[in-house]
Parts: sequence; structure tokens; C-alpha cells
Amino acid sequence: MGELIAFVVLGAIAVAAGIAVVVVRNPVHSALFLVVNFFCLAVLFLVLSAEFVAALQVLVYAGAIMVLFLFVIMLLNVAGVFESQRDPLRSQRGLAVCLGLGLLAEVLAIAVSGAARLPSGGGTLPQDFGSPTLVGLLLYSQYVFPFEAVSVLLLIAMVGVVVLTKRSV
Amino acid sequence: MPFDVTELVIAIVKALVVFVALLSIVPVLIWMERKVIADIQIRIGPNRAGPFGLLQPLADAIKLIFKENIITQGADKVVYFFAPAVSMVPAIITFAVVPFGDTAHILGRKVLLQVADVNIGILYILALSSLGVYGIVLAGWSSNNKYSLLGGVRSSAQMISYELPLGLALVGPVLLSGSLSLREMINAQGRAGVWFIVPQFLAFAVYLISGFAETNRAPFDLPEAEQELTAGYHTEYSSFRFALFYMAEYVNMVTVGAVATTIFLGGWRGPFGNIVILQPVWFLVKLFAILYFFIWVRGTLPRLRYDKLMKLGWKVLLPLALLNLMVTATVKALAPQSAIPIMSVLSLVLVAIGVIALTIISARSTRTPASGLREPSAEGAFYTWES
Amino acid sequence: MVPTAHYVILSALLFTTGVVGVLVRRNPIIMFMSIELMLNSANLAFVAFARHLRSLDGQVFVFIVMAVAAAEVAVGLAIIVAIFRTRATIDVDELNVMKW
Repeated sequence: MGELIAFVVLGAIAVAAGIAVVVVRNPVHSALFLVVNFFCLAVLFLVLSAEFVAALQVLVYAGAIMVLFLFVIMLLNVAGVFESQRDPLRSQRGLAVCLGLGLLAEVLAIAVSGAARLPSGGGTLPQDFGSPTLVGLLLYSQYVFPFEAVSVLLLIAMVGVVVLTKRSV
Repeated sequence: MPFDVTELVIAIVKALVVFVALLSIVPVLIWMERKVIADIQIRIGPNRAGPFGLLQPLADAIKLIFKENIITQGADKVVYFFAPAVSMVPAIITFAVVPFGDTAHILGRKVLLQVADVNIGILYILALSSLGVYGIVLAGWSSNNKYSLLGGVRSSAQMISYELPLGLALVGPVLLSGSLSLREMINAQGRAGVWFIVPQFLAFAVYLISGFAETNRAPFDLPEAEQELTAGYHTEYSSFRFALFYMAEYVNMVTVGAVATTIFLGGWRGPFGNIVILQPVWFLVKLFAILYFFIWVRGTLPRLRYDKLMKLGWKVLLPLALLNLMVTATVKALAPQSAIPIMSVLSLVLVAIGVIALTIISARSTRTPASGLREPSAEGAFYTWES
Repeated sequence: MVPTAHYVILSALLFTTGVVGVLVRRNPIIMFMSIELMLNSANLAFVAFARHLRSLDGQVFVFIVMAVAAAEVAVGLAIIVAIFRTRATIDVDELNVMKW
């Protein structure tokens, strides 16, 4: 029961904040709504007994990525950049929303029809499911290659960012 | 799990106690800071309101609350309204995972002297401390003042930069104790018989320096530099909202100090530590020692220039934190059982080398003026830096 | 316990919002945020399935998705800053030439 209440409330806030991200004009407000959305998802992760992932969600998304977004928005806003008011492809907006709704219908259909066929994991949830110990063990044993690949990716991204933003080499 | 009303009541009481204690430490800390800074600068400091000026923070608070609440023209009102709260809340709720004592037996029940013992303790602290920047950035942006905006942009850059060494410095103790839970880390320090400041001295130093930067305190108070930015992000704030920012700075300071106490100084451990009543006392003693150090540094060091700040963060602290992490991990992998003694020896060697190096440098600099400094010249230019 | 299907439906809603955001908005920063929204909805589905299947693989995937998102944001924002430096605008409809 508690989970249902949490799910409904957080889900509603998350969807509302997600729509606000897309609709609101001011990029800073968009970013803040996105932070709200991330927080709701972080709490939902806690509800789904994924504590480690929830902490990472706040740490990485809310703490680092969104601060970076805000930083860049402010950096560019100093010179007064806003989205141009005239949209040359205004007619396509309706089309975009229609396509989005179509996609939604499609995904929902799959989710609902697939729910019955979903194999159950069975058994009760272990007490320490989602604890940093277990996720860490999995990460460093079975998934050690993807983990190293990600570290290389991050290194490449770092070098790329430095190259991109350096004025003259 | 059956729902237990008593457990709920205990949890609420603990949360309230921690909350009230935290908020009442703040005025004490403000008074202490003003007194200590006054001592350093050979002044008397607050001495009118109450005995030894103890009621000065209270008087200041009353004065602030009754001031006019100014909202600048063109300010983003909603964000402007929420920014002080946003900077206050993460600072306070970080305390939920800090243990201030072991298990107490109250009315036949075991009560953990900690609001919540979570197994992601350190990640929780890092996650929340990374949120502290929002209050400052949003305040700077929503004030519609270019100095405030500059303060906000500066602080976001500064906090992102110093979060990395801060987080990496905490990984060393995590490796030694093998847990992310703060309670478990204190127990590990008890088992090892040595506080983690000894085997992890480098990490402790990096953590404290990054902590200064994270709390925007001198010598890293660039986001609120009076001379350059007319107080930066909170220029336009007045009345109660300014008071919130002011308090948030001190609560943040207490948080950084409490985390340092817990992870590096053994938390509530101390002589006669098995007496439960004494444990919060030991915790507070260590906490205030660290806070005194914070104030001492503020009274001693001048503010860093912006590029030097970035250089220090990225080119000194981050490599040092990585070095500490690498050495700790290597020692832990090679000798899992005796990692703490080996690291203790290594860090003692490091401290010895540091002391010797400092002695040599200071002995040299007393013979010849430091290369960066010039004698005051006839044109009236005093002590200009050469880079 | 809320059925996994509910979480998947929530994830679908968020994902669609992100897709529409990318299609409708012309500010690359907001388009970027919409992409983050999509990645996050995928994360939600991963975590929900991880609980459903009693297997932590989904949570490890989320970890990797987050790292990739961080890398992507860093590079993407750097590109936006670089474009802003040369063109003084970042509206994606204005950026319609391959070479400047």
C-alpha cells in the first residue's frame, strides 16, 4: 500500500516535471524541473530497493550533470541568448506531438501486452538487494569489461572536451 | 515487517533532537568565530550583548529578521524565494547519517544514536553535499544582478572542481574499513585501534582543504568576495532570507567538520568511550576542534586568486587524492590484513618529509626574500605578485 | 507491491515526453535535457525489471548508462559552447550549414 501511494505521487510529479521541462520557455526553469524529475526517480529507485543506484542518481545527475547544465546556461545567458522566437518549422510541432503520442501508444501497448508474458523472478527479495556490496561485486566480476570500457569512454570524453573548448591549440 | 509506532516516535524524536542541536550549534559557532577572529586580529570582539557577548548572534538574528525584505526588479521571484531554502536543506539533512554515539538503552529499548544507519552513508553525504551548490547558483541567477550571477557561476565552477578531490579523499578510508556505512567506519577505527587520520593523513588534508572550498569559506570564499563581487550571490538578499544563507554557511561548516570527525577522527570514540553519555561529548569536542581550525585558517590566510584556486584544485589536490587512493588500494590488495599499519607508517614518513621540507623552505626564505615578493618600491607598489 | 508493468508504463510516459521535447524545442540545451529525460526513463525500466527478475544486472546497466550520460553531457555541452563562440547563437534551426 505504501509503495502504491509513493508510486502514484512520485510518478505524477515526475511526469508533470517532465512535461514542464519540455514546455517551459526559460532554460533555467527547464533545468530545475528536470532536477525535480530526477529526484522523483531517485526516490522511486529507493522504493524499488536500489539504494546504490538511487544515491548515484542524485550524485551524478542532480549533483554533477545538472549543475553543468546550469553552468553552461548561465555562461551563455550572460550574452543574452534565447531561443529565437520565430520557429521556421512551426507547422511540424503538431506533427511532432502526434508522432510522440503514436510512440506512446505503441510502447504502452507493448508494455501492457507484454506484462502478462513477463517471466517472474520468483522468490522473495533478498534483504541486501541493491546494496553497494552486491552491485559492486557484480560490477567488478561479471561486468568488469563494460566497466573498463566505460572508464576509457570517460577518458576520451574528457580529452574531447578539453580539445573542443580550448581556444587555440 | 510489522509497523511499530514506538520505532516511528523514536525516529522522529531523534530527528528533532539532531535538528535542534544543529541549529543551536550555529549561534555558538558564530560567536566563537567572531571571538577567535578578534583574538587573532588583536581586537576584543563582541562583548556588549550578554556575558562575553554570547547573545550577539541572537541580537543579530533579531535585527536581520526585522529588516525589510527586498526583492530586486526583474528578479525571478519563485527561484529567488526558494534559493535560501535550497541551500539550507541539504546541509541539514546530511546529518541524518552522522552517528553521534553508539547504542543507548533507553526504557529497555536499544536506540541507535544516529538518525538513520544506511549502508550507502558516504554516498549519501557526497550526493547531498553536491546539491549545496544549487542554492548559491540559483540565488546568483535569480537576483538579476551581474555581480550575483558572477558569484553563482564562480561557485558552481569551484564546487564542481573541489567535489572530485573531496569524494576521492573519502575513498581511502572506505577502502580501509571496507564499508560505506559511517557506523561501520567508526567500528573499523575502533578495531584497528587507530583513527584513520593516521593511515590516511594525506586524504584528511585533501578533504579538509576541499571542505573549505565546498563551504565557500576563506581562503576559498571567491563566490562571495566582498571586494570583487560586493558579496556575490547574496548581494541582493536581506532580512530572513539572508539569515538563511548565513546559517547555511555555518551548518555546512558543521557538516564538513562532522564528517571529518566521523571518518578521520574516530567519531564518538574516546577515553571511557563505553559510557554512552560521554560519546556525544567526545563527538562535540572533536567537532569543535575542527571548527576551530576552520576559523583559524580564515583568520590566517588571504583569499586565493581565481586561477590559483583552479590550479590548486585540479593540479594539486586531485592528483594527491588519486595518489592516496592508488597507494591505499595497492597496499590493501597486497596485504589486506595489515593495510592499516602499513599505511600508518607510510603516512608518518610522508608527514616527516613534509615537515623537513617546510623547515628547509622556511629557513631559506628567512635568509632571502621569497622570490615572488618584491620590496616596496618608490612608486608605492607594495608586495605585488609575479607569476 | 506495485506491478512492474506500472513502472514500465511510467517509464514509457517519461520517454515519450523526452522524444516530443527533442522534436519540438529548438534550443539545443533543452533538447539535451530531453535526451537525459529519455535516458532516465530507461534507467527506471532497468531498475524495475531488476527487481522483477531478482537480478542485479539491471542496476549495473543503470550504472553504465549514467557514466555514458555523463560523458555525453560533457561533450555535448562543450560542442554547444564551441558553437556559441563561433556563431553567437545556438538555435538549431540557425545552424543549417555544414561549414562556417
